Amino acid sequence: MLENLNIFLSAPNLWVQTIVNGVVIGSVFALAAYGMALIWGVSKIINIAQGEFVILGGYITFILYSSGINPVWGLFLAPLLLFGLGLLLYHSIIFRIIKKDLFISILATFGISIVIQQTMNSLFGPDVQVVSTDLGNISLSGGSILIPYARLISFFLCIAVAISITLFMKRTKTGKAIRATAQNPQAAHILGINTNSIYAITFAINAAICGIAGFLVVLNLTIHPYTGLPYTIRSFMIVIIAGLGNLIGVILSGIGIGIVEEFTDYTLGSEFRLALIFLLLVLILVIRGQVLKRRRQYLE
Amino acid sequence: MKKNNLVLLALIVFGALTPFVFPNYLSQISFFWIFVILAITWDAQGGQLGYNSFGNIFFFGLGMYLVPVMQISLYFDLGEWTAAGGTKTFTHQPAEYFIGLFAGLALAALIPFLVSFVLGKGILNLRGQYFAICTLGLGVAAAEIAGTIDVIGGGSGLTVPVWPREGVVPISRDDFYYLISFILAIKCIFFFQYVYKSKLGYLFNAIRDNEDKAEAMGINTTQVKLLNWSFSALFLGIAGGILGNIIGFIDPTDVAFAGSTYGVWMVLMAILGGKGYIWGAVLGATIFHFFQEFFWIYFLGWQRIALGVLIVIIVVFFPEGMMGWFRNRYPRWFGIVIEKKNEK
Repeated sequence: MLENLNIFLSAPNLWVQTIVNGVVIGSVFALAAYGMALIWGVSKIINIAQGEFVILGGYITFILYSSGINPVWGLFLAPLLLFGLGLLLYHSIIFRIIKKDLFISILATFGISIVIQQTMNSLFGPDVQVVSTDLGNISLSGGSILIPYARLISFFLCIAVAISITLFMKRTKTGKAIRATAQNPQAAHILGINTNSIYAITFAINAAICGIAGFLVVLNLTIHPYTGLPYTIRSFMIVIIAGLGNLIGVILSGIGIGIVEEFTDYTLGSEFRLALIFLLLVLILVIRGQVLKRRRQYLE
Repeated sequence: MKKNNLVLLALIVFGALTPFVFPNYLSQISFFWIFVILAITWDAQGGQLGYNSFGNIFFFGLGMYLVPVMQISLYFDLGEWTAAGGTKTFTHQPAEYFIGLFAGLALAALIPFLVSFVLGKGILNLRGQYFAICTLGLGVAAAEIAGTIDVIGGGSGLTVPVWPREGVVPISRDDFYYLISFILAIKCIFFFQYVYKSKLGYLFNAIRDNEDKAEAMGINTTQVKLLNWSFSALFLGIAGGILGNIIGFIDPTDVAFAGSTYGVWMVLMAILGGKGYIWGAVLGATIFHFFQEFFWIYFLGWQRIALGVLIVIIVVFFPEGMMGWFRNRYPRWFGIVIEKKNEK
């Protein structure tokens, strides 16, 4: 453990490698987190099935890949199918819990996540899957730093998706309606916005964003039916650090978490990766609770 | 009040007669008693305090590990034991087994009880959804960490000591574990009933209804919340220790810190029965136990999907649970009398 740390500290090449990996992976986390912030802000729902959407997007890409089709089509097919799934879930279940307690939404989406997990497990099998891309690497400083082209492309893709979502929210009528509903659903309703369909579209857009994230996950990391929860937890953490509706903050904290994870991966070993995520979540929430408590005390 | 005692008496009679009436189903019914404890201890937060916890499984798993660790390390070297794995050459003498077991159970009560105070200081400050997600993280983190500790078997699990040879002990293994889980469940019911009737119970409900107001009324809310959680932790620790010995093999993610089975089930049982009622928790545990046995036997492979669907159905269509439904339907049973308007 300490030896790894020493090696790490003495080799600045590794720093660059870790940071680059962290940035790329973190930007993928940020995508899923942005989706979570979107529905949390608009319809007051915490979606525990977020990670399962990501993994499902990954599996859609994997199916294309394993049946001989260019996996790049997954970039279009995964969000499309998940958009459909999002609409379906909204119109069957989510609309019933939208005005209720947040805990109800947590528990109901937890139930949905179990169903999706198990369905994926019985459809695609319990193996770890990966789509290998032979796009080659960029080697820097004499080959000691290797950056796969796939990672580089993923990073720019994340940025592109983030920009297009921002444009969508700012420029289009639907985007404006979504923002209006987030600010004040009743006023939006009075002004003639069909809030119910806005909620449905938001949920579906969230699922589609997760689909893109899943596409990127399967290209750069691995997928497995039961690895959805860590993505949900990362999203939740990122949203808590960044706050709702703060896209730049979401991207930055996503990248931060990505770098922290890559760093622990290298120094402590990858078996601590998941433990770290969940401990970090507990820590961040506890710190947040202390800060809020102190603020409450000052008010008195 | 009378009805309450009647139900309790019926439950005790059922429990006492079970070894004679259903001798073949003893281990299933021991599970049922453990489920009752899980539901009641979850309801203490979810129903009475208004803090929906996903992390109570943490104390359960902690207790489950503590009992065999104590049992083993009192007489053998824990590292050697785990290294030997399934093919063990170490055996406990009957006296050693029981001394180890009860010392372990005492430890499994004490340590979760103390740990809950330490953790609660930080975590119980969180409200609503933040508390729920934080405790969810706690449970999973515990499973991941337990999976990396080699001395307790790491990811491949820990086997518990074998029951002493037949004939040496006057009671069979199933009977013994049935008896202690039954006694613990009844104690748990008595204890929580007593607490809910005392002043502390009213403080719990005051915090559930409006925490800020309760604080403004001069209640030390942190202390009350800590007490509530530590009561649950104590019972959960012992229950975990018993269940670990009943199952006989402790896996960090599937048995001890099993968020996707026991961790969700306890929430589901309490909600199914009706949050905020001790008998709701018992009722929920009963119904859920039948459901679970049924699906695990007849729909093997699909049971998890059925569980997910069940969660969604209960939460979406039935959030008030059985007791809530009864309360709406027959308010008189709950002492709610609607007085008729006086006709002039």
